[in-house]
Amino acid sequence: MNVPADLLYTDEHEWVRLEGDVAVVGITDYAQHELGDVVYVELPEVGSTVEQGKPFGVVESVKAASDLYAPVSGEVVEVNTALEDAPELVNDDPYGEGWMIKVRPSNWEAEKANLLDAEAYRRLIEEG
Amino acid sequence: MSNDALKRTPLYEVHRQLGARMVPFGGWEMPVQYTSILEEHRAVRTVAGLFDVSHMGEFEFEGPGARDLVQHLTANDVDKLREPGRAQYSMFLNEQGGTIDDLVVYRLEEARYLTVVNAANIEKDWAHVSQVAAAFSGVEVRNRSDDYALLAFQGPRAADILGRLAEADLTTLKWYRIMPAEVAGIPVLLARTGYTGEDGFELFVAPAQAADLWHALLDAGRDEGVLPAGLGARDTLRLEASLALYGHELDEETSPLEAGLGRFVAEEGNYIGAEATRRLREQGLRKRLVMLEMRGRGIPRQGYPILTPEGEEVGYVTSGSFAPWLQKSIAMAYVRPELAEVGRRLDVLIRGRPVEAVTVPRPFYKRPRK
Repeated sequence: MNVPADLLYTDEHEWVRLEGDVAVVGITDYAQHELGDVVYVELPEVGSTVEQGKPFGVVESVKAASDLYAPVSGEVVEVNTALEDAPELVNDDPYGEGWMIKVRPSNWEAEKANLLDAEAYRRLIEEG
Repeated sequence: MSNDALKRTPLYEVHRQLGARMVPFGGWEMPVQYTSILEEHRAVRTVAGLFDVSHMGEFEFEGPGARDLVQHLTANDVDKLREPGRAQYSMFLNEQGGTIDDLVVYRLEEARYLTVVNAANIEKDWAHVSQVAAAFSGVEVRNRSDDYALLAFQGPRAADILGRLAEADLTTLKWYRIMPAEVAGIPVLLARTGYTGEDGFELFVAPAQAADLWHALLDAGRDEGVLPAGLGARDTLRLEASLALYGHELDEETSPLEAGLGRFVAEEGNYIGAEATRRLREQGLRKRLVMLEMRGRGIPRQGYPILTPEGEEVGYVTSGSFAPWLQKSIAMAYVRPELAEVGRRLDVLIRGRPVEAVTVPRPFYKRPRK
């Protein structure tokens, strides 16, 4: 299972990557594998705010709908509109083209302490 | 329920070797998918897929009194099975006309019938059948559920591929017929039935020979693209074909008439539930099953409310999914009977948000005629 070393993770299987002053958010390789074929992704509007640990959207596989939990708090500055027509990008490239939202974090320094590093996340999924 | 308590089919090890994801279903540990539900679904629509449905239950009725007992237990007219080798879709009803289970009745011999019932209902059905059978003579009833493994081989290429393995002329085996045959040298009961909306077969086989039969079918079809298919694809396939699933479209409070299955329910006769069914036919249905196609974005799921455009709640979704072959989101739903005509605008409430849908003709998917 691919767990890139340079990302931070939630125990709900989202990842976050800080690019300058923007945090990119998606779901992990483990998550997409557990879900199976992703057929629908529901994301928030640009300009809305998300809160760490709270649902910000929904990802649906053929079988079921699952909530997405925000790894950071802040304002949504961009959403991946490509997922509307190609939700399978979440399966094909979860850390790249399958990203979901970009957030301008409001409290990054304090909140990143609540996230898992790659080693801790790998332990979580291996023990899970 | 802990996984230890789940039953396993004779093909459990085969599924593990194929890398299947196993899930609990109706008390059984079953493969939900091998690689991808979408791929497996597509394989069944374009070539063929092989399913393990050994969890299904089988009851056998044998003896000079078999016909009378089956006729009393089931809603369809068993006399339509005019000769051995014929099959029909049917139901066990309760006295209120609600559905205890839906099933297929096979007439194997002059006075020998086999019913195939849903896995989750085997115990309930068997208690019901045993109790009713006590008042009948000249018929022996057996729960043969552990004596048969059951494979479903479904898809437009299934007949050709199976034909190469079968010591039998398959052209004589029409839809909803059954006959004894040998497939890859293995004795089976070969039925032309299924639950996918495609042409296909169900093969009843001794548990000890199930794995050999499985491999023979997969090997024979591998070059053409036959795939093992799990319960995930089985569910999306049956939904596209508008086929009812017990616990979704049918339950103890629901008449098959309400599920749109009236043509499988005898108008005459005194089978269990006949009186209540006649009353329902005269007095009108309480709800009707409709086929919904989503116009707005979102996937309807079981239990989601159905609203009128004015916001009045008028029903609920029984099954819903993204439909892999049709490439749109669809659902079956119960609504108030006066709202069931095709072309009606309704909304599905998805996570608190009404999303536009329209009722469409049944079935969503019909296989192309050859």
